[in-house]
Amino acid sequence: MLETVFYWCVGVGLAFDLFGCIGLVRLPDIYNRAQAATKCVTLGTCLILVGTAGLGFTRLGTPMGIKALICAAFVLLTSPVGAHAICRGAYISGVPLWEGSVEDAFADRAETIRKQQEPQREGPVQSEKA
Amino acid sequence: MTPFEVVAFNVLLVCSLLCLGRIGKGPTAPDRTVAIDILGTLVVGFCCILALWTGQDYYMNIAIAWALISFVGTLALAKYLEGRPYDA
Repeated sequence: MLETVFYWCVGVGLAFDLFGCIGLVRLPDIYNRAQAATKCVTLGTCLILVGTAGLGFTRLGTPMGIKALICAAFVLLTSPVGAHAICRGAYISGVPLWEGSVEDAFADRAETIRKQQEPQREGPVQSEKA
Repeated sequence: MTPFEVVAFNVLLVCSLLCLGRIGKGPTAPDRTVAIDILGTLVVGFCCILALWTGQDYYMNIAIAWALISFVGTLALAKYLEGRPYDA
């Protein structure tokens, strides 16, 4: 019974992973892609890890369960931080928003950041094509 | 080996192929960086499925180490995109 619940956890996590990767392919610009893919894949991988932990505690041995829980906490902490850093870098290096976007709250602050770091910029990292 | 693990492995393979498509196609550098980050997270899922498949727990060691290295690499790429030196 309990094992069935954990297998369902792994299955739902796989579905989230698949939907996140479809979002990564289908959505129009980098910011949409990053948020869709990061949220879905983080939750999906955490569910897979939780299911693995449960199966480890019930059937496959306690060390696997403990390692899977540690790994779940680590993925939950680091994946959104990495995606946020990438999106910030993308905006500051000048990748444009999708033309259907209606709100750009970061524009003023990004301009300030660009002015601050202008002297120490190491070569342009511009987008190849909008 | 049960059918569940085989299906799970194939679903993750499809996800990885979608990510690879975005890495090859993605018009800007941040697109590719996001796809690489997602691919690194998917590898953790692969390690879990392999651990369930074989019943060996050392695959979880690989998963933890892979998550750590992927995070550091993503932060380095993000700093490069932002145009800042790595030690500032």
